[in-house]
Amino acid sequence: MSIFVDSNTRLLVQGITGKEGQFHTQQCVAYGTNVVAGVTPGKGGQKMDDIPVFNTVKEAVKQTGANCSMIFVPPAFAADAVMEAADAEVELIVAITEGVPVMDMMKVKNFIASSPSRLIGPNCPGIITPGQCKVGIMPGPIHKPGGPIGVVSRSGTLTYEVVHQLTLRGIGQTTCMGIGGDPINGTNFIDCLDAFEKDPETEGIVMVGEIGGTAEEEAAEFIKKNVSKPMVGFIAGLTAPPGRRMGHAGAIISGSSGTAQGKIDAMKSCGIHMCENLGSFGDLCAEVFH
Amino acid sequence: MKIHEYQAKELFKKFNIPVPDGSVAFTPEEAGKITEDLDQLPVVIKAQIHAGGRGKGGGVKLAKSMSEVKKTAGDIIGMNLITHQTGPEGKIVKKVLVEQGLDIAKELYLSIIPDRATAKIVIMASEAGGMDIEEVAAATPEKIIKVYIDPLMGIQPYHSRQVAFGLQMPPQTMKLFVAMLSNLYRLFIDYDCSLVEINPLVITAEDTVIALDAKIDFDDNALYRHKDIIEYRDIDEEDPLEVEASKFHLNYIKLEGNVGNMVNGAGLAMATMDIIKLAGAEPANFLDVGGGASAEMVENGFRIMLSDENVQGILINIFGGILRCDILAEGVVKAAEKIGISVPVVVRMEGTNVGEGRKILADSGLNLITAVDMKDAAQKVAQAVAG
Repeated sequence: MSIFVDSNTRLLVQGITGKEGQFHTQQCVAYGTNVVAGVTPGKGGQKMDDIPVFNTVKEAVKQTGANCSMIFVPPAFAADAVMEAADAEVELIVAITEGVPVMDMMKVKNFIASSPSRLIGPNCPGIITPGQCKVGIMPGPIHKPGGPIGVVSRSGTLTYEVVHQLTLRGIGQTTCMGIGGDPINGTNFIDCLDAFEKDPETEGIVMVGEIGGTAEEEAAEFIKKNVSKPMVGFIAGLTAPPGRRMGHAGAIISGSSGTAQGKIDAMKSCGIHMCENLGSFGDLCAEVFH
Repeated sequence: MKIHEYQAKELFKKFNIPVPDGSVAFTPEEAGKITEDLDQLPVVIKAQIHAGGRGKGGGVKLAKSMSEVKKTAGDIIGMNLITHQTGPEGKIVKKVLVEQGLDIAKELYLSIIPDRATAKIVIMASEAGGMDIEEVAAATPEKIIKVYIDPLMGIQPYHSRQVAFGLQMPPQTMKLFVAMLSNLYRLFIDYDCSLVEINPLVITAEDTVIALDAKIDFDDNALYRHKDIIEYRDIDEEDPLEVEASKFHLNYIKLEGNVGNMVNGAGLAMATMDIIKLAGAEPANFLDVGGGASAEMVENGFRIMLSDENVQGILINIFGGILRCDILAEGVVKAAEKIGISVPVVVRMEGTNVGEGRKILADSGLNLITAVDMKDAAQKVAQAVAG
């Protein structure tokens, strides 16, 4: 088992003919993901490698039965791409694009609330169920199939670091996902924690957060009542100065809100084993999950 | 992106949001000229810097005569203004806003921000105008009015009425306020703002509603569709190294420590800063070269870190995903050949093409310290700067 993606995932890629879209589609195919379609408006009828390209998402879904979309279109067009996928009722939409305006994401989030689709991202590395399906830009080989740990994070490369340390200690993963570093994103920590809690093969959960917003604090409230599985956590940004946007649009301490210490305290209070030194993350996981 | 108060007020005027009459001055003489044109005294002289708390820091003064205008403007222009937002080093004031003094009956607080948790736009208002809203929120949260607006629906008159009645707006100013608030909302949406704040918004003795102060921040991600706002950028307000880094699309923030660090990805970059501190040193910067970094970007990042005089050692931490380790290694070697390495450099690489990357570094003949993992890297760089 796993969450959100598995060997039944039939992937379509929006922006498949762009440089990044093309490269990462090939990487996903190489990992074993079943990529069934691409969408680039105006290039319908063409092929990228052996993958048929369509003009619209609706057409691609109709012809290929795609149930998941990975989005690589530039930031100015990303909101439109997500809404097109949601309008075609694609079950899972994974938006990799970084730099989407907040106002666009606000519209998307309110629109998607009334649709059956789930959105992951934007500004995220995507989601992988090791050994089965990779929908995103993460390096495949650092993962170890077979579980039993689920990983959810707001970051990209920091997630790779954490996964790498798990794998080095022989701890496999059920599903690993980045929910994105923007102030407004689709799937949040709570959605993932809920799914991991319900997934019988996930025996423990790793949660990686960072400064900015209150997503970790809200997750902590949820965990108190709803999560029984052991958890290890990490928060980046103890040394980040207030009022500055630390790379991610959402990583900013505003006044006294969104500090690393506040999040660490909230997560500790619900029983999460908090890692203080990222260099020892794997050691702590080995200790907690054994 | 932040802009100055006088620029925010220019935008307010475009959207029919009343502001005091006035203009920006770069010299005491200009301040005098503006006062003549206003043809009234007293005037208020306000330092224009990108930081709050200007009044408390001595950057906002009333001037009651022409000679006082010139003297006060002369005092403020060129002063090093220290507020709780500038940090202890302060900020040199280069210009002032000269404005008509008003007969104020009541001061209010009003702001519009996007709410992350609900994905709605929230209007915040309070009768405690002129005070720091964070302090009000901490001490008397019940005194803050919050009205949430679905961005797909937009502001409706009843939203504005909720705010107005919450503020106990007198009936004779109700209409003016409701019109002003819907204009303010329009500005917020049209310009992709991340904050619009009026503190204080005043009701005058003549029952008019005027924005005495104005603060606007913009969503950097949306600047591509607001070329007129980019014109407002004032690089005097930014750190020179950060300005230099922005030319190469590098995410660089200067800090006070002694260990420069270059990382791919914002989360890992923050975690690297944190681990440097845990190892007993202090990070000198945040530098995220991003996923799509080229050898040229790496080279420029390296040069910028080295131009910081406080830097005594450098830690490069790359987890190759999209950014391949061989590209990173090439950039480091090029940079080192061009500028020379004057401080110890610790390199930790992992991920895509790590073998090729390590080989490039090893074959370069450069005096680099390699690390096997993050902990090792942090300890090695901390040792190196400790001497």
